[in-house]
Amino acid sequence: MITTTDLTKVYRSRGREVTALAGVDLHVRPGEVYGVVGTSGAGKSTLIRCVNMLERPSSGTVTVDGVDLTALAGGENRAGKDLREARRRIGMVFQHFNLLSSRTVQQNVELPLEIIGLDRTQRRRKAAELLDLVGLTDKARSYPGQLSGGQKQRVGIARALAGDPKVLLSDEATSALDPETTRSILKLLRDLNEQLGLTVLLITHEMDVIKSVCDSAALMRGGRVVESGALTDLLARPGSELARELFPLSEFGTGHPGATVLEITFQGDAPAQPFVSQLARTYQIEINILGAAVETIAGRMVGRMRVELPGSRHDNVVPIGFLREQGLQVDVIETANGAVA
Amino acid sequence: MTWDQMQELMWPATWETLQMVGVSTVCTVVLGLPLGVLLVLTAKGGALQNQPVNKVLGAVVNLARSLPFIILMIALFSFTRWLVGSSLGWQAATVPLTVGAIPFFARLVETNVREVDRGLVEAVQAMGGNTWTLVRKTLVPEALPGIVASVTTTVIALIGYSAMAGTVGGGGLGDLAYRYGYLRFETAFMWVIVAEIAIIVTVIQLAGDYAVRRLANRGRGGGRTRLLRPRADTDLVAS
Repeated sequence: MITTTDLTKVYRSRGREVTALAGVDLHVRPGEVYGVVGTSGAGKSTLIRCVNMLERPSSGTVTVDGVDLTALAGGENRAGKDLREARRRIGMVFQHFNLLSSRTVQQNVELPLEIIGLDRTQRRRKAAELLDLVGLTDKARSYPGQLSGGQKQRVGIARALAGDPKVLLSDEATSALDPETTRSILKLLRDLNEQLGLTVLLITHEMDVIKSVCDSAALMRGGRVVESGALTDLLARPGSELARELFPLSEFGTGHPGATVLEITFQGDAPAQPFVSQLARTYQIEINILGAAVETIAGRMVGRMRVELPGSRHDNVVPIGFLREQGLQVDVIETANGAVA
Repeated sequence: MTWDQMQELMWPATWETLQMVGVSTVCTVVLGLPLGVLLVLTAKGGALQNQPVNKVLGAVVNLARSLPFIILMIALFSFTRWLVGSSLGWQAATVPLTVGAIPFFARLVETNVREVDRGLVEAVQAMGGNTWTLVRKTLVPEALPGIVASVTTTVIALIGYSAMAGTVGGGGLGDLAYRYGYLRFETAFMWVIVAEIAIIVTVIQLAGDYAVRRLANRGRGGGRTRLLRPRADTDLVAS
C-alpha cells in the first residue's frame, strides 16, 4: 500500500548539509498498522512527511496505493493538481492536532469536504457520520478550544478520514496525550483499521504504541531503517533489537558466576508445553528462573523467560538444543559473569 | 465663540472626517489585506515563494512608509486630480490617505498572518487544498482577531492623518482645529475639537477591542458569557 524505495532527504542550509533520510526502503502492506519507531532526530518525522510530499524527498520514490507520488508535480509548499488529488486520499493526523480554532468541530471536519467540493447537505451528513465514528457527536458545535487533548485528536482523526482515505498517516498522534487518552486513541486507530480496512502508518518514539497497535514495525536510527518486519517475526528473530526494546528483561537478574543464562521467547501455543519441568526431568538439572513476563503483542501472546542453568555454556549444549527443538527461541546471554565462565 | 456657533461648524466637519476616514479605511482594507497576505505567501517557505517579487513588494512598502505623509500628499496631487477630478475636499483627501495607509496596514496584516500556526498550513496542504483555499479558509480566518486589531489601529492612524490632510484642503475636523484654533486663536474651540477627536478615537478603540475579544474567545473559556446570551434558541434552529 505504501512503498518507499531508497528514499533520501538532505537539507541544505548555508552550505551545510544535513542528511535526514539516508536510503529508506519501507513496505507497508494493505490493511496493516505499521509503526516506525526511533529517537528524535532519527528521521522518522521526515519519513512520514515524505510519504505525502509535505517534504520533497531528495531522491528515491514513494508509491501510495499504486500512485508514484514523487512523479507528481509540485514543490513542498505548492502542490500541483494531481498531487492535491492524491493527497485527498491520504489522511493525516498530527501531534498537535492542527485544528482551526476559528471553526467548530463540525466545520473542522467539513474543511476537507469543502476542498473536495461536496455541497452543504452532503458535507453535513458526512461530518455527522465521521463524528459518530469517533464518538464526538455531542461536540459538533463546540470549538477546539473547549475540548480536551484526546477529544481534539478524535476530531483530527475524523477530519483525516473525511476523504475516505485508504491510508492514514499518524505523526506522533499520541505524543501530546496522557497515557490513558493515548490508549483510547490507539484503540480508536485499531478499530478504524479493522472496520474500514484502513492502512495506518504511524511514527512514534514510544515502544508501548508499537506494542499495543502495530502489526509491523521498523526501527530507525540516523536516517536509516535498522530493522523492520512483522512483530511476530521480529520477536522470533535472534538478537532482534526491536524485540528486546519491545520486551525488555533487563531488570531481571543476571545469574551466578559460572552459570549459563538463557533467554527463552515463546509465542502462541508454546507456553502450553511444560518445557521447564520437561527440561528438569529429562536432564536432571536444577533450573533457576530469574524472571519471566507474558504480554500480548500484535494480538498474540508472547512470553519471555530468563533462566539460569548450572555449568558453562559448553556443558549446556544439549539442554539448549532440546529447548530449540520445542520451537522456542533461545538466546544465550553473554553477561560479565557468563564471560568469566 | 458660543457653543451654538461651535456646533454649527463642528457637525459638518465631523461628518467630513468620518466620511474621509470611512472611505479610506474600506479602500485600505480592500487593497492592503491582499498585499499583506501576498507578503507572507511570497516570502521564503511560503506557498507562492518568490524572492524577487517579495523583495520588490517589501521595498515599495518600506519606501511608501518612510515618506512623511504631508510630502506623500503633495506628491500625489496630480494623481488625485486625475482620479477624483479635484485635489480639494474630503473626497480628494481619501486618495493620499489610502495610499499612505495601505503599506502600514499591509505590514500589520503580514505580521498577523505570519503568526498563524505553520501546522495549520500543513494540515490544509495534507488535505489537498490549494493556495486559494489556504488563504480563504485558513490564513485569513485564523488571523482574523489580529487583522481586526490591525484595522482598529489603522483607522486611528487615519484619523490622525486626516487632520493633516484637512490643512491642505481636505476639510474635516483637522482643518477646523487648524483654522480656528491656530490661525484665529480660538483656543477653547480647538480644545473642544481635540476632545471630540479623542472621544471618536476612544470609541473606535473600544469597539475594535470588543470585536477582537469576541473573535479570539471563540471556544476559549467563553463559558460564562455564553450562558448570559440566549444561545439556546439559535442552537435549536440550527439543529
